[in-house]
Amino acid sequence: MTTNGKNDVLLSIKNLKMYFPITRGIIFQRHVGDIKAVDGLSFDIKRGETLGLVGESGCGKSTTGRAILQLYQPTDGMVVFEGNELTTLKGESLRKMRRHMQMIFQDPYASLNPRMTVGSIIGEPLEVHNILSGKARRERVKELLDIVGLNPYFINRYPHEFSGGQRQRIGVARALAVQPDFIVCDEPISALDVSIQAQVINLLEDLQDKFGLTYLFIAHDLAVVRHISDRIAVMYLGKIMELTDRATLYREPLHPYTRALLSAVPIPDPVLEEEREKHRVILEGDVPSPANPPEGCNFCTRCPAKERVFKEMGIDCDVVEPKFAEARPDHWVACHLYESSRPN
Amino acid sequence: MATLLEVRNLQTQFFTQDGVVKAVNGVSYTVNEGETLGIVGESGCGKSVGVMSLIRLIPTPPGKIVNGEVIFDGQDLLKASDDEIRSIRGNKISMIFQDPMTSLNPVLTIGRQIGEALELHLGMDRNQARTRTIELLELVGIPSAADRVDNYPHQFSGGMRQRVMIAMGLSCNPQLLIADEPTTALDVTIQAQIVDLVKRLRDEIGMAIIWITHDLGVVAGLADRMLVMYAGYIVEEAPVKDLYRDPRHPYTLGLLGSLPRLDADRPYKLSSIDGLPPDLIDFPPGCPFYARCNYRIDICRTDNPPLETVGVGHKVACHVDVTTAQPTTEHPVEEAM
Repeated sequence: MTTNGKNDVLLSIKNLKMYFPITRGIIFQRHVGDIKAVDGLSFDIKRGETLGLVGESGCGKSTTGRAILQLYQPTDGMVVFEGNELTTLKGESLRKMRRHMQMIFQDPYASLNPRMTVGSIIGEPLEVHNILSGKARRERVKELLDIVGLNPYFINRYPHEFSGGQRQRIGVARALAVQPDFIVCDEPISALDVSIQAQVINLLEDLQDKFGLTYLFIAHDLAVVRHISDRIAVMYLGKIMELTDRATLYREPLHPYTRALLSAVPIPDPVLEEEREKHRVILEGDVPSPANPPEGCNFCTRCPAKERVFKEMGIDCDVVEPKFAEARPDHWVACHLYESSRPN
Repeated sequence: MATLLEVRNLQTQFFTQDGVVKAVNGVSYTVNEGETLGIVGESGCGKSVGVMSLIRLIPTPPGKIVNGEVIFDGQDLLKASDDEIRSIRGNKISMIFQDPMTSLNPVLTIGRQIGEALELHLGMDRNQARTRTIELLELVGIPSAADRVDNYPHQFSGGMRQRVMIAMGLSCNPQLLIADEPTTALDVTIQAQIVDLVKRLRDEIGMAIIWITHDLGVVAGLADRMLVMYAGYIVEEAPVKDLYRDPRHPYTLGLLGSLPRLDADRPYKLSSIDGLPPDLIDFPPGCPFYARCNYRIDICRTDNPPLETVGVGHKVACHVDVTTAQPTTEHPVEEAM
C-alpha cells in the first residue's frame, strides 16, 4: 500500500489498442469492421501502488488487463514492464517474463480446473517455471495455502469442495506462487457475497503490504475500487476518461461521466441518500456499440455537458475528439471542458 | 396505513437427495399499502424463496411450503385454488426478476408478452392490449415504443429489458410489486435509471413494493422498512433509518461494517464476518449465526432467539444487547476457513 517514496514506474502502457475483427461471409471471410474494445490507452503504474481501473460492462477494462499480460496480442501500442517491451517478446522470453506478472480472475467457479486438486492448481505455476520440485514444492504450496488463510490440510481436495470465497483464495495463492511483482486483479470479488468480499479485500491488502506487490485492480464497483486503490482510472467505451488519485477523484471529479458514475453509486446511508437524491445525475440512453463508437468524444451521446461545451467553447463534441491530457497536476482527463486549463 | 399483506410463520423446504434443505424457517411480517419493504441478505438466506412462496412459484417437488399463511385481500394465498392464485399473479401481485434475459420469453415479441397479461386479467382484445402496451412502454421510457413493441428481447439492451419487465409487472396496476434483485445484473448508471423509474411509478400508482437485494446501498434510498434475513430467518426488522443508524443484530452490524463506502476515507480496514453461512440441511441447534458471531454467549449455542421488540417498529432476534455488550475477538467455532 505504501509506495516507499520511490516514484519508480513498474509498468508503462502507451497507446494500447485491442481491436477484435468483425467478419462477414461463410467461405471467404471479409473483414468488415472492428470491435474497438481498447482504443488507445496510456498510463503508468508505479511500483507498490494499486491502480484501480473502473468502468461499466463493455468498457474494455478486463480486455485491458489481458492485453497488458499478453493474454491477447495487442493490436497496437506498447507495454513496457521493467524496461522490457512485452509486445515484442515471444515464446521463451515471454514465458520468462510471465513469472513476474500474474492474474486473479473473476469467476471462482470457472477459473479453477475442476479435475485438479488444489495442490496441483497452486503448484502448476511452479511447474511451468521450473521452480522447486518434489517435497520442496509441496511445502511451498502448503505455505501459500496458509498465507491466504486456508488450512494446508486442504491440499488434496478438489475445487468443488470449497465455497466461492475459498476458491478465490485458491486463485490468489496460485497467483502468488511464483512471487510476482505485479498482479492484475480482474473483478476478483464481484462474484462473492458481501461479507466474503471484505475478507478477500483485506487479504489482498495484507499481501500487498507483506510482499510489496503492485496491483492493477479492475472492477465496476466504484466504492470497492476507491477503498483499495491509490489512483483510479475511469474507462468508458475503450478509452480512459479520467485518471487521478482516489481522494481527488471523489472530491473533485472533472469528467461528466465520472460525475454521473459517482452520483449513481448508492451509499448505505438512508439520510445521505435522501440528500443525494436531489442532485442525482441520471444519464439518458445506453452505451454505444464498441463496433461503432462516436466520431468525436465517446461519451457525446449521453453527456449532460455537451451543450455547454458548444455554447461556451464552440466545440462540437459529436465531431471533435478530446485529448487525454493533464488538466491539473497529476489529474488527467479527456474532455473539451478542461482543454484551456491545461498547464503548459 | 392499512395492511395489504400479512405473512405468518412461513416455512418452505426442499426435499433433495442430500437431505431436506430448510430454506425458509418460520418467517412472519406485514406489508402495508403503498410502502416499500426492503429484504436484504446474502445468497442462501431465503429471501428469494420466501417471496416466491408468497405467490406459490416454488417448484413442487422438490420444494414444499410446509407451513404458514399468506393473507392478501382477506384470503390465504397458500390455500387458494390454482385458478384463484393465477388470477392474482400478474394482476394484483406481480413480480419482476433479476435477469431479464432469462425471464423474458426469447421467441415472443415483447408486445405479445406484455399483452398476454392484459388480455388474461383485464379482458382486453388484441388491439386494445396493443394500444395499452405501447402506452406502458412509453411510461417506462422505451424510445420509439410504437416500433419497438414488435421487437424481441434480444434486440434490447439489459437496462431496456428490465424496463420491459417493469412494464409487464405494472401492466395491470398491481397493489403489490415484488422485485427480486431487479438491478443486480445492471451497470450502476443503468441501475440509477431503473431505481429512478420505479420511484416515479411507485409515487404515481401508489403500489406497495417488496424489494429484495444483497446491496445495502441500493435499498437505503428506496425502502421505508427493512428486513434482514439469515439462514431462512428474519434476524432484524426496522424502519430504514433506524436500521442503518442503530443496527442491533450482530449480523447486521457485521454487514454494514464490511461495506466499502464511497464517501469514506482511508486508512481503515473493512471489518469482515469470519466463516461461512450454515449448512441449510444440517442445521446446528441454537442461533444460526452462532459460529460467526462476535457477541455470542453460551445460551446462543442451544437456544434460537425469537424476534423481540427493541424500539418502535424495531425487532431483533438476539440474546445479547449489542449496545452494551463487548464483542469477543475469538475466531469462529468451526474450521470455517
